[in-house]
Amino acid sequence: MYLARVVGSVVATIKVDHLDGRRLLLVGKLDADGAETDQYDIAVDTVSAGPSDTVLVLDEGNGARQILGLDPGAIRTLIVGIVDDVMVEG
Amino acid sequence: MKFARVIGTVVASHKYEGLEGVKFLLVQPLDRDLSPRGTVQVAADATAQAGPACLVFTVGSREAAQAMPELFVPVDLAITGIVDDVHRTA
Repeated sequence: MYLARVVGSVVATIKVDHLDGRRLLLVGKLDADGAETDQYDIAVDTVSAGPSDTVLVLDEGNGARQILGLDPGAIRTLIVGIVDDVMVEG
Repeated sequence: MKFARVIGTVVASHKYEGLEGVKFLLVQPLDRDLSPRGTVQVAADATAQAGPACLVFTVGSREAAQAMPELFVPVDLAITGIVDDVHRTA
């Protein structure tokens, strides 16, 4: 899992069935200081995240399929939490 | 999932069983600003509707095969949607 910031949303009319009705958000990965890196992902939102939210992202297919109840499922990246605070120590 | 631009088609008449009828497209991976990033890859088109110049998103690894009609196929990158619009909020 990793921390990311919601930086946008993606609209696609033509897509595989597994993505029907799902909200796709563009997330930028964060480094340990909370700064955005140049890495990104298009993730399926499961927690109603909003613009600029810091979020917890799962990037693993089996977990994603179980959460969404899909088998098969062509989804591996999910937003699974909205982060309130991160404390970096040491 | 990541953004990519379709830049060509790939024709392979002799291929592994299960891949018959699967359309292979040449895609250029893109960064979050939709600029080219990395080397050209071959993606199976799970939407069956993508074509040259289309802005698409792709899913990689095991989930790519799960997007295909036949699940146990040697595919590690699949086009799972055609992008209509990207709304940037940050």
